[in-house]
Amino acid sequence: MKHSKGSPPELSRRAFLGGGALLVGFTLMPGRLLAQAPREAKGGGDVGLPKALGADPALESWIRIDADGAITVFTGKAELGQGIRTALIQVAAEELSVTPADITLVTADTGRTPNESFTAGSQSMQESGTAILHAAAQVRAILLGLAAERLGLPAERLTIANAAVTAPGGGSLGFGELVADGGLREATARPGTALKPVADYTVIGQGVRRIDIPAKVTGGPAYVQDLRLPGMVHARVVRPPSPSARLRGVDTGEVERMPGVVGVHRDGDYLAVVAEREWQAITASRALASAAVWDERPSLPDENDIFDTLLGLRSEDTVIHDRRLAGTGAAGGGRRLSAEFRRGYQIHGSIGPSCAVGLFEDGGMTVWSHAQGMFPLRAALVEMLGLPEDRVRCIHVEGSGCYGHNGADDAGADAALLARAFPGRPVRVQWMREDEHAWEPFGPAMVSRASGSVGRDGGIADLTYEVWSNAHSTRPGGAGALMPAWHLAQPFEPDPPKPIPQPAGGGDRNAIPLYAIPNARIVHHFLPEMPLRVSALRGLGAYMNVFSLESFMDELAREAGTDPVEFRLRHLDDPRARDVVTLAAERFGWSAARLPSGHGRGFGFARYKNLAAYCAVAVEVMVARETGATRLLRAVAAIDSGQAVNPDGIRNQTEGGIIQSASWTLMERARFDRTRVTSLDWSGYPILRFDQVPESVDVHVIDRPGSPFLGTGEAAQGPTAGAIANAVADATGARLRELPLTSDRVKAAIGV
Amino acid sequence: MRIPRIVGGAVALAVLGAAGFTAIAWRSGIEPIDPPASASFDPVQVAEGARLAAIGNCMQCHTAPDGKPFAGGYPLKTPFGTIFGTNITPDPETGIGSWSEAAFQRAMAEGVDRAGSHLYPGFPYDHFTKVTERDNRALYAFLMTREPVAADAPPNQLPWPLTFRPLLAGWKLLFLETGEFRPDPSKPEDWNRGAYLVEGLSHCGACHTPRNALGAEEKDKSFGGGESDGWHAPALNQASTAPVPWTKDSLYSYLRTGVSADHAVASGPMAPVVRNLSRVPDTDVQAIATYVADRMGAREAPADPPTPAAEAPRQPEGRAATIYRGACATCHDANGPLQFASPVGLDRATSLAQPDPRNAIQVILHGVETPDAKAAPLMPGFANALTNAQVADLAAYLRTRFTGQPVWDDLEAEVGRARTGDSSE
Amino acid sequence: MITLSVNGRDHQIDADPATPLLYVLRDDLHLNAAKFGCGLGQCGSCMVLADGLPVVSCVTPVVALEGRRIRTVEGLGGADDPGPVQRAFIDEQAAQCGYCIPGFIISAQALLERTPSPSDAEIRTALKPNLCRCGTHIRILRAVRRAADAMRTSVAANPGGEGGQ
Repeated sequence: MKHSKGSPPELSRRAFLGGGALLVGFTLMPGRLLAQAPREAKGGGDVGLPKALGADPALESWIRIDADGAITVFTGKAELGQGIRTALIQVAAEELSVTPADITLVTADTGRTPNESFTAGSQSMQESGTAILHAAAQVRAILLGLAAERLGLPAERLTIANAAVTAPGGGSLGFGELVADGGLREATARPGTALKPVADYTVIGQGVRRIDIPAKVTGGPAYVQDLRLPGMVHARVVRPPSPSARLRGVDTGEVERMPGVVGVHRDGDYLAVVAEREWQAITASRALASAAVWDERPSLPDENDIFDTLLGLRSEDTVIHDRRLAGTGAAGGGRRLSAEFRRGYQIHGSIGPSCAVGLFEDGGMTVWSHAQGMFPLRAALVEMLGLPEDRVRCIHVEGSGCYGHNGADDAGADAALLARAFPGRPVRVQWMREDEHAWEPFGPAMVSRASGSVGRDGGIADLTYEVWSNAHSTRPGGAGALMPAWHLAQPFEPDPPKPIPQPAGGGDRNAIPLYAIPNARIVHHFLPEMPLRVSALRGLGAYMNVFSLESFMDELAREAGTDPVEFRLRHLDDPRARDVVTLAAERFGWSAARLPSGHGRGFGFARYKNLAAYCAVAVEVMVARETGATRLLRAVAAIDSGQAVNPDGIRNQTEGGIIQSASWTLMERARFDRTRVTSLDWSGYPILRFDQVPESVDVHVIDRPGSPFLGTGEAAQGPTAGAIANAVADATGARLRELPLTSDRVKAAIGV
Repeated sequence: MRIPRIVGGAVALAVLGAAGFTAIAWRSGIEPIDPPASASFDPVQVAEGARLAAIGNCMQCHTAPDGKPFAGGYPLKTPFGTIFGTNITPDPETGIGSWSEAAFQRAMAEGVDRAGSHLYPGFPYDHFTKVTERDNRALYAFLMTREPVAADAPPNQLPWPLTFRPLLAGWKLLFLETGEFRPDPSKPEDWNRGAYLVEGLSHCGACHTPRNALGAEEKDKSFGGGESDGWHAPALNQASTAPVPWTKDSLYSYLRTGVSADHAVASGPMAPVVRNLSRVPDTDVQAIATYVADRMGAREAPADPPTPAAEAPRQPEGRAATIYRGACATCHDANGPLQFASPVGLDRATSLAQPDPRNAIQVILHGVETPDAKAAPLMPGFANALTNAQVADLAAYLRTRFTGQPVWDDLEAEVGRARTGDSSE
Repeated sequence: MITLSVNGRDHQIDADPATPLLYVLRDDLHLNAAKFGCGLGQCGSCMVLADGLPVVSCVTPVVALEGRRIRTVEGLGGADDPGPVQRAFIDEQAAQCGYCIPGFIISAQALLERTPSPSDAEIRTALKPNLCRCGTHIRILRAVRRAADAMRTSVAANPGGEGGQ
């Protein structure tokens, strides 16, 4: 976080690392090969290396050991509050046989770390974790090789521990000594890594305490919001009052004379003020907002008809799954069930609104940002600013919790625009609460339709599922992905949105159920036109699709007269899926026994993206019959994230996912009229508070030693929503199919 | 002030009670019944009862904080002591499960429980007596189909001799006029519907009409402004001091959404009323607004609108004005952060224009909370941040700046009472 | 000039007296724990203690706080010597992004100083003004219970001492 005035910031990782990369051979050590199955590298990397490592195979891109023995690990991923720093350090420490405290981790920084694009999609452990595991294993092998050469002993006879390699006789060489001659400098990762045997793990699999928590609970600097650079000034942006508003005029004279004001910046419809002190910037921005005259027009859809509006938009249709088993057609099925599900717009709602610091100095731009992708942000800023790539550096500094594409990139753009307008001084831009609520990209409103029947054998005979959705990622991209760039006199237009292809999918993420169904047809109706700005929100389409499909599974189970858990197991072949379902049901105490009046139980399951963590959630809810108010009383989850690097981290993420999803599912809906977004604060967009928090949330982690890391962070969102809806149906006899399940809707469904 | 009034009231009641005692104090019990099966009630009637119960705000006084609906235990604070709302679920032991419809009808019409005891007028039978037999039948059907809950309400906290219920017979003799509502044929239908609801089941006067020393509504000051739970219930007649006169439309908006942009946000004891009204058909809310607007009369707007002192000549800023800039202006100034969905403008706020400072003080101290997690204003309280003197200064500053009216008396002491919850007159 | 007592030290503050305490803490005193969350007093991220009571510093002007004893999370302990509430949050790993946590620590500290053995309902009521978006609530509840135990034990062991300074 340090930056000394006068010296230009480091602008190139290559310059930092020095020189090109040469292949350095080393002896393959005996051990487990490729158990953390590297996926095939795309785009030129070596086949057989994990994707991220294949893309940047220079080992010093990932791990640097200084002559004094200091170990620095570099990841292109970022800490978003998910605890990834601790888990990645654990991975590196394990393969290097050092303690986590020996390692310094540098996260996403275009000047220093590998380009790992976005920290998103619960892929940090799968991608960066696997890359670091392999890089560390290769560094370990190199260290052993170098020591073997120095000590004149075969590597097999040496032991590596406590940041040193030791000979049987007692001779020992520290890592620093071993690499002092530059032994790592030009080493490049090669396929066929020998990994440490899982049985020898001492760090992976341990609930190592998060390295960031002590500072966070004692007031240490921990966030981009805490960055204080010498000479820093404070900026606030005066946003248009509505998406289509145009700035007719503004008299800035009075604001410019306010105490502490450094200047007002206007560029087209983009309006901001910079002041010496933060409160001065805030009061000046209020005055500036007061002075600005906007032309507004209704450009938003009618909130009351939003689902019809979506269904009426032009769609690009893709059949993403079509399976017909001969002889088991719908004829075998009984009564046909059909249902339509809906989900309103929802927001990320990070507790700390977006923030960034920019500094434009000596022709170079540096932006400190909490966005999910420093390299993509740099690319967008390069286009927006018209600067060469090597003059723009983006450094990730943690922000408040990130649950997808929120205002962080846009705040980065604000910082860059204002730093350029006020060169030489660091400019800190802090969004206000209403900026974040109104302008962050929302999680899209969606509609889905399911129909199906149960066969004579009591199993699902056929299922049709269709989902209508806008894009679930409008991230940078180009400058047109940055909202502030839309308002400039020379505006940038957003790129046309594109669907994320299967198997991960975007709006159709998890639209294909993992259940074995003889006849199934799944259609994704991608809606390119966006009535409101939307992008990635934790889980993307999986939240809605799992809610829909798990609700419908219960409807089918009821039709079949089968217990919902038993019905799910009947359709699950994957043993790991069966394990989480069984464990969650068992630990929950799933039964058909009568619950107290107003209480209901429900179950939900999915494997996130059908390729990441398996997660099953069982819940008990209580519905107040007179008001419809629904409270999640307890939740029990089982999750299989493959090799569990930090089981407590997995539990923490999953507990959080369950509670956040409960808040989305029971309460959350962004509001708007025909012109403006109207949910601008925590009263207009309430989220779960402590009086509504469940009595207990228990998460059971199934560890799979030796199997690949599976993304965890988003796995609970969909299953929780399905489980809650099913529990409400169990408690009330009423099936609610529109999110959120607010008390008014529940009460209306219950009747008197 | 308070103690003599209570004692005086009690003594007067005792005298009157003795006189009336022999005549009307004794009432017969009505035979208990087995709770009727839910299925024995017509669902249409139950649904009608649900709407009526919402209009009557029954749940509020018959549900303890965080308690089960209608199971009693809500502490109703009166100048005489605390009366606890009773359990009106169909539990036969602790609720009204053993009440026949006749017993229920009698309780509503005459304020007598099934066993024959007089009920305290905290249960507003002086209004409920106007409810029609048909509507009482629907209410009965609704209540008897609720979930039975076994729960005893805590004993009332009343001083002797008020614990002696036969005294209430005297009170009734003086103040209770029984009988169903009689429509005024000269008025339109929705006016009459509104009058029926407002004067009867909605019992608006219970809070909005001042009460005499014996706790009875002062009929000649009907809707002249009363109190509830430490809050002032503003006048709903021509004594209203709202800077912008209320109209049918603004009353309707307030009752339907909880906000009238030119007046107020429903807070304090009014918040649950609005919450319950959200389940009431639009026509009934319109009717209530029609009747109340008529009662308020076509008050002429003041010849000169109140002149806020905002543009006062430049002088050193007082402490309260500084506090206002740092604590209040953020939201309450035009073009605050919620500039495009701003709270009620303080120059129009009824709470500042009222003769009674308690609502302004309550809001400053305790804020405005989101009820039931539905979208509604959410203002923090400043009880911990500001001293009593600072709150009093701030209230005085707001009063002067936004209404131009004389500062309220005895503000700091009033703040002290509001802070301790001891603010009923 | 306004004199503010923060964490046991007097500070001369040269700022507009209407400035909410939050900005003075962060920008003048370089304290990080109190966070900007909403600027509306709705989320509790900015909470500090004034004479032991939790206040939302984002809407509390410094002029109102002269003569009051202000404590921030920094005043409860540091990373090397955390106070009992901070230690309980570390021991329970009660943070995800952690942005809201200092506000929760303040609410918990205020509660436990007045109510050493709070019921579950009392804890929930005390924490209601604070919002957490990551869903760390269950761990926060556990941390507050753990802190209550620790503070009672330490008071029992040292009856003269003041809990949590």
